[in-house]
Amino acid sequence: MTARRMKRSFLFPVGLLILWQLCSVLGILPRSVIPSPVHIIAALYELLAEGLPRGSTLNMHCLYSLLRVACGFMLAASVGVPLGILCGWSRTVRDMLTPIIETLRPIPPLAWIPLAILWFGIGLTSATFIIFLGCFFPILLNTISGVVSVEPILINAARTLGASDRQIFLHVLLPGATPAIYTGLRIGLGIGWMTLVAAEFTGVKSGYGLGYMIMTARDIQRPDLVLAGMAVIGLTGFLLDCIVRLFEARALRWRS
Amino acid sequence: MSLEIKNLSKTFEEQDAVQPIPALQNITLSVNQGQFLSVIGPSGCGKTTLLRIIAGLEKASAGTVLINGALPERPWEHVGFVFQEYALFPWRTVIDNIAFGLEMKHMSKKERYTKAREYCKQFGIDGFEYCYPREISGGMRQRVAIARTLINDPTIVLMDEPFGALDSQTRSQLQTFLLQIWQRSQKTVLFITHSIDEAIFLSQHIIGLTRRPGSIGLSLPVDLAYPRDITSDEFNRYRREIIRFLNAQQNDEEYSSKASKIVTWYEYKRALC
Repeated sequence: MTARRMKRSFLFPVGLLILWQLCSVLGILPRSVIPSPVHIIAALYELLAEGLPRGSTLNMHCLYSLLRVACGFMLAASVGVPLGILCGWSRTVRDMLTPIIETLRPIPPLAWIPLAILWFGIGLTSATFIIFLGCFFPILLNTISGVVSVEPILINAARTLGASDRQIFLHVLLPGATPAIYTGLRIGLGIGWMTLVAAEFTGVKSGYGLGYMIMTARDIQRPDLVLAGMAVIGLTGFLLDCIVRLFEARALRWRS
Repeated sequence: MSLEIKNLSKTFEEQDAVQPIPALQNITLSVNQGQFLSVIGPSGCGKTTLLRIIAGLEKASAGTVLINGALPERPWEHVGFVFQEYALFPWRTVIDNIAFGLEMKHMSKKERYTKAREYCKQFGIDGFEYCYPREISGGMRQRVAIARTLINDPTIVLMDEPFGALDSQTRSQLQTFLLQIWQRSQKTVLFITHSIDEAIFLSQHIIGLTRRPGSIGLSLPVDLAYPRDITSDEFNRYRREIIRFLNAQQNDEEYSSKASKIVTWYEYKRALC
């Protein structure tokens, strides 16, 4: 991004925040409806310094949430990508799995919570499972479409150059599908992060997690703490996306 | 004999096609070791299908293809294929594209890079080893594609309109270049083209395929010394002969499409009654 575009992406949101603050100060947005940015920043400080519940600070909540999402996302990627390549490669496998995938996909991950608790109890395994479900389908479907869209001429070229099936898989299908795989990973991570916070609403064992923190703020009727929690969730999600995009840009140097 | 095709036929039986589509009919053809043979014909006559069958990328409906007198189990291991659309791997640099075949044979990186660099020099692409395909010109890409094929040392080189997408200047440069490479390597080349001049300029023998289903309608040895002068009278004689053949195909085609319209109209009326 050029410096000018960076500036634009920075100045406009900051301008909106200032406008928001102004409206709060002038009483257009009453504090009972929505706290002002300054209040939210103060709440953020409170979360960092004192914690909510007292002693459970924001960084610990973040850490636990990130750990849960990392487990679920890694599992989804390590199952979704190979399975997606297999589905894209073999029409038979694709025909067999498509109805199952398309039936499971519309079920919201949160609908699995009762079963997850029944099977795994409340804890990391349960959360991993729910997040896995959120990440898995975008990763799988994008990988499939990535493999299917690899030009057949490249596969033929590889074959006439002496590549075996296994080598075509590794050296043609995988790199050819990489752009789509990255798209899947980014969407998957985003949905996984959303799923995580919602999953934490329903209960955590450790007493840590951003979703859990927000629910506690709701219980003590502190909208500023709720909004501060939401801001942290949003910004962390944005940061995660940036990290994946960084890897993407490095892996796809040949494209841009 | 480097390549022997006997009574080869191909009919496409697509699931979504109303009726089977005959593509090639009874092709019999021998190509000597080191010969340069071109195939010319109206579009849709099955030229590409012929190459694909030789390379084993497509199965023949009938007939056999012998390479070096034997029926190969994996024909693609004996042939090199150069595609019109280059078919370079966009995620590999020039040198990694050229060394692809060697890498598949598990040659060490040092060894294959040494060999690939030699080819880069030979093919006039040195200095671009670490570029990605999108960063080099069309003519350069096709050089890379040819180098990538020849580094594998195939028995037969199949070229499917390799210069079709290039501008005329680059095209004639590459034609001269290809002749040099061929004369040096003494490979058997089967070359598909739409261009009459290209076929005469390059090949020792020209095969003309009829309109679909393609069968051999013209077999023309070109007895001209290399390098050939495309403005000479002899060159023009060959040109005339091929144009006559292709025009005959064209007229047939017009006739047959009219005939098929009549049939459709007749069927349409019958359906109404």
